[in-house]
Amino acid sequence: MNATFYTRREWIALAVLAALILIVFPATMDVFRLNLVGKYLTYAFVAAGLVLCWGHGGILSLGQGIFFGLGGYCMAMFLKLEASSPENTAIQSTPGIPDFMDWNQVTELPFWWIPFKSFPFTLAAVVLVPVIFAYIIGAAMFKRRVGGVYFAIITQAIAAILTILIIGQQGYTGGVNGITDLRTLLGWDIRTDSAKFILYFVNAALLIVVLLLGQAVRVSKFGRLLIAMRDKEDRVRFSGYSVADFKIFIFCLAAAFSAIGGAMFTLQVGFMSPSFVGIVPSIEMVIFAAVGGRLSLFGAVYGALIVNWAKTSFSESFPELWLFAMGGLFIAVVMAFPNGLAGLFRSHVEPLLAKLTRKSPSPPAPDATPAEAVKLAAE
Amino acid sequence: MIGDYTLVEFSSILAMQGFAGLILFSVFVLMALGLAIIFGQMGVINMAHGEFMILGAYVTWLCSHFVTAYVPALFPVYFFVAMALAFLVSGALGMLVEWAMIRHLYKRPLDTLLATWGLSLILQQLYRSVFGAREVGVSLPDWMMGSIALTDIIEVPINGIFVMVLTMLISLGVFILMFRSAWGRRVRAVVQNRAMAGAVGINTKKVDRVTFGLGCGVAGVAGSAFTMIGSTGPTAGQLYIVDTFLVVVFGGAASLIGTIASAFTISQAQSTMEFFMSGSMAKVLTLLTVVGILMLRPEGLFTLKMRR
Repeated sequence: MNATFYTRREWIALAVLAALILIVFPATMDVFRLNLVGKYLTYAFVAAGLVLCWGHGGILSLGQGIFFGLGGYCMAMFLKLEASSPENTAIQSTPGIPDFMDWNQVTELPFWWIPFKSFPFTLAAVVLVPVIFAYIIGAAMFKRRVGGVYFAIITQAIAAILTILIIGQQGYTGGVNGITDLRTLLGWDIRTDSAKFILYFVNAALLIVVLLLGQAVRVSKFGRLLIAMRDKEDRVRFSGYSVADFKIFIFCLAAAFSAIGGAMFTLQVGFMSPSFVGIVPSIEMVIFAAVGGRLSLFGAVYGALIVNWAKTSFSESFPELWLFAMGGLFIAVVMAFPNGLAGLFRSHVEPLLAKLTRKSPSPPAPDATPAEAVKLAAE
Repeated sequence: MIGDYTLVEFSSILAMQGFAGLILFSVFVLMALGLAIIFGQMGVINMAHGEFMILGAYVTWLCSHFVTAYVPALFPVYFFVAMALAFLVSGALGMLVEWAMIRHLYKRPLDTLLATWGLSLILQQLYRSVFGAREVGVSLPDWMMGSIALTDIIEVPINGIFVMVLTMLISLGVFILMFRSAWGRRVRAVVQNRAMAGAVGINTKKVDRVTFGLGCGVAGVAGSAFTMIGSTGPTAGQLYIVDTFLVVVFGGAASLIGTIASAFTISQAQSTMEFFMSGSMAKVLTLLTVVGILMLRPEGLFTLKMRR
């Protein structure tokens, strides 16, 4: 393995992606569509985390919605408190607390809401709360060598528990409706078109930072170890590495990525609800990564964009067909294209490009040959 | 005296909650048995298990309509026919799915999970297109209605007792099949050592298919029994799948006894706590406890001593 950060091919891929989301989309779409794309891109954060955690580390988490939701809720709590100033909520029986608390006869701001009045604290909490949560889950599971399907089932159960908890504690969390009616960020109205435009760019820039960070992890020695762990965990352990700590780290990193996506989701869409936390959204997030290619960070972005775009347009025109299509997609991506779009691109488009440019194709990266991925899947 | 209740009232409430817990226990056992066969014995994660259960429920519903329309004389006993049909239909679909999908994925358990999730989405939408999005309920024969009064305060519903008896019979049947029959011996041999089982002449592929079919068939019977105590909708299966997986994992994946023990613990804990707090908090606490225990003891309650 050479130590270059990106091969030339990967620099081109990054440039194409950056041009697409920073130039092409803003230039060709109205603010409504752009906001929608921004929403899809927040899922790309989750998918990028899953590429590292699942594709490279072999840890399938069916609970990424937990972290997406926690990040989103942290941001939503700050925005809600700002929107619930005593002047805005003067008609409530207790002014100055969020409206849903007032409706549920809560008369005092719960103590764990109070720190979210501070913006710096909120920014820290967006990342730290999910990461600490992920650390607890990861430490408890990986130290005891729980992995594979057991880990998947338990993360799924935790996602279910969190959803039930949020829905059940309506007075403190907004219940099934979530935290809605968010207005301003530090006095800046986030509902205007210009704000949506700016937030889109903030989101896109953050995504590119996250992709670069993910790549830094991939090419590092740690990235090599991740793949080694995925393929032969025992050998890595016998070589003296602390497998559990590596797994905890990558799980926490994926959680942090998801949380940033969740916070940006809240900012761009203007609400957060338990329907982005539970089992169904969490498992859908896995399919974004799977469609894009579970080993490709860029693929994850395209996967999130394409699946969500298909979901929106399908469920607008043929709501019955959508679940069939989604189910079929799950089956097809597992049985026929385990490497997703990135794998198809590598095996079909790249030889074509190489032929067109009359260059010999560069040798594929050792961690991503199709044969390898099938072996990965066989683990 | 406990709170506002007298001791008699309190113990009666405990008994009634206990009985409600027993019904929940029966449903858990029925669903978990099929899953324990598929997951515990074969190591396959079937996320569409709930949908196989719902299939059994819909078969029962169709049967009840058919019988009331054409042979009303048989109505009191149609249930037994419906259960047999539910077993056959779900089992047949299970074998088909095994042939078309699962057998290609035996070495990729995480991918099986995703593929069967896709299958569950397709089945859900299929039920919604065919039977409609509304929940359907079957009409029970007269002898299943009503309740038996044990004391002045304690009353137990007859359909609940029927479900419990049914659960016992089915569990017994599965046990005999797994531990006393030649076929069960072959299944256990394949689980313990696939290569060796093949070498002594067991058709491992056939064993896989029949085992998967049996697990799905038991799920179908569970769905059939489920119609007696609740209504069925296209997405009802999804509500139970996490609980069921937790029951199986908590019990120790390879142990059928463990599955039953853990179904008992979880259902009793949940229904007892439901009396003291809201239903959602009871569920949260139960699941949290289970997850907590699993973190401390990942292998579950009961384990088979086996070298890997």
